[in-house]
Amino acid sequence: MFAYVMRRLLMLIPVLFGMTLITFSIVHLIPGNPAKVILGEGAPAQAIADLEERMGLNEPLYVQYGNYIMGLLQGDLGTSLKSKGEIAQEIWPHLAATMELTFFAMLFAVIIGVNAGIISAWKQNSWFDFLAMVFALIGVSMPVFWLALMEQWIFAQELGWLPAYGRQDSRDPIAEITGFYVLDSLIHLDFERTITILKHLVLPSIALGTIPMAIIARMTRSSMLEVMKSDYIRTVRAKGGGQFLVIYKHALKNATIPVLTVIGLQTGVLLGGAILTETIFSWPGIGRYVYEAISFRDYPVIQSGILVIAFMFVIINLIVDILYKKIDPRIKY
Amino acid sequence: MKLEETNNQFQEQNLPPHDDNVMDEEETEAVSPWRDGWKQLRKNRLAIIGFAIILFFILVAIFAPLFTSYSYDQQNLADRLHPPSKEYLLGADHLGRDIFTRIAYGARVSLQVGFFAVTGALVFGSLLGILAGYFGRWIDMLISRIFDIMLAFPSILLAIAIVAILGPSLENALLAIAVVNIPIFGRLVRSRVISLREEEFIMAAKAQGMKSGRVILHHILPNSVAPIIVQATLSFGTAILEAAALGFLGLGAQPPTPEWGQMLADSREFIQLAPWTMLAPGLSIMLVVLGFNLIGDGLRDALDPRMKN
Repeated sequence: MFAYVMRRLLMLIPVLFGMTLITFSIVHLIPGNPAKVILGEGAPAQAIADLEERMGLNEPLYVQYGNYIMGLLQGDLGTSLKSKGEIAQEIWPHLAATMELTFFAMLFAVIIGVNAGIISAWKQNSWFDFLAMVFALIGVSMPVFWLALMEQWIFAQELGWLPAYGRQDSRDPIAEITGFYVLDSLIHLDFERTITILKHLVLPSIALGTIPMAIIARMTRSSMLEVMKSDYIRTVRAKGGGQFLVIYKHALKNATIPVLTVIGLQTGVLLGGAILTETIFSWPGIGRYVYEAISFRDYPVIQSGILVIAFMFVIINLIVDILYKKIDPRIKY
Repeated sequence: MKLEETNNQFQEQNLPPHDDNVMDEEETEAVSPWRDGWKQLRKNRLAIIGFAIILFFILVAIFAPLFTSYSYDQQNLADRLHPPSKEYLLGADHLGRDIFTRIAYGARVSLQVGFFAVTGALVFGSLLGILAGYFGRWIDMLISRIFDIMLAFPSILLAIAIVAILGPSLENALLAIAVVNIPIFGRLVRSRVISLREEEFIMAAKAQGMKSGRVILHHILPNSVAPIIVQATLSFGTAILEAAALGFLGLGAQPPTPEWGQMLADSREFIQLAPWTMLAPGLSIMLVVLGFNLIGDGLRDALDPRMKN
């Protein structure tokens, strides 16, 4: 196990290296003079020269890349052109906001998706199965941003049940400790606030989690159907195991592997989808941070934001791969 | 068994005089996997629904000018946010433009983006996949690592990065979507090629002195077409979704181009006042993507010999 984890970590190095090459190129592939594009047409020559100096654009490319890598290794993500702040510090609250949202979206997707898939497989060809799979098909094809707008319209505007924007009541902000508001409010023992914060999480989590939920449901169903046919399940049944025991204790474990792959892959989709969801729900996450940077042509923020999201995606997939081995010791690498 | 035999005899008696030019396949009742696949597909009700949806949108896209007397950028400011009515089937938007017209013309934009993005990704992805799979060694190492790195980014994010570099426009969005889909086709073709490379018929072809190019063109590609078609269909839907997402973020089509994602973005401010401005574009995106997903699923089942019952 240890050797496996070490090998996987070593294999990460070229990928991470390549990722930095891509994010590094973002500025250098801009057609024309990057400093001019950032400052806009008609910027005075002096300002362009200053910006080139500040971003190190005058150095040869390999020196620039070397500096970029050295900076990254020391945790330096560059300086925002707009706020003039250190990105490494600015990005943390955004990252926490996105992680909290992603966590709840995935929680929603897994709980509903896995159980819907199980019941569909259990009651194969029943009306529940049919309905669940129709919903799953629609869910897979749903544009996240449209779902988000519909939710806002129905549940926030028309019914007024849930808040449509932000992470919390903006008139009464929380004293941050970890940046994860649910956790922070629990630490403060302020349960009323916890509920407010959870209410803010509902709509964006559902919007973000719907596609993964649909995919997980379909995957769980087909994976369960396959496992339920196997000999050992018949043995459990012959021993007199009830349906619930058979499904949740014996079948689910073997059906989990493909589902886990999907969960790992979908987390990446979530992180990407977060840009859309966060924009619509004014969620101050990393997706919105990057999106706003695009309109300001704040290239250092775009570079670092994208790098951080991709880094999270890679790490999540690594964790999933390690989990496989934990769940199914038969897997050999 | 007996019935079959008599059947065969019956058929033999009815055969026309033997013609040497007729291929053997026609004599024995070999069914081509394609025809078999088509038969399977026709039985799949969901896939047929998918076909119907896509056909509908293709017709709408082609004949858009026949359905409507408006042009997609014709503004009637007096009818801003007009609810659905006889004059405005799906209502009017915040500039008094007919939403139905814009949806119809938007179908052209979305289907074209999907088509060109997928074709581009398919061609370049297949080329790279063949190079990597057939020649192996350092070429494979290099290409596979590039694919790994590209797939390490969530696709919409990579597309956003590319558009951020090139500047927002429909063409750049199309290019970005094509690029992010290249590794998907590349990996698929590479794995097909690798598994085929060791097959006996490929070795036989090589032993006959066939050049690499011919082996690839005549033996490897035809045997890789089925999974590529399935992936292309599914990617068509994803590409349309991604184009709409970029349009929604203002990074794709620019006004006044009637693009569904961008129409949704415009409708955001008027959710309460005029919810119909957001219903039609969203529903259109969803239906088209659903259509392609249904066809893709159906094709996968039809062309996969393991799924035969």
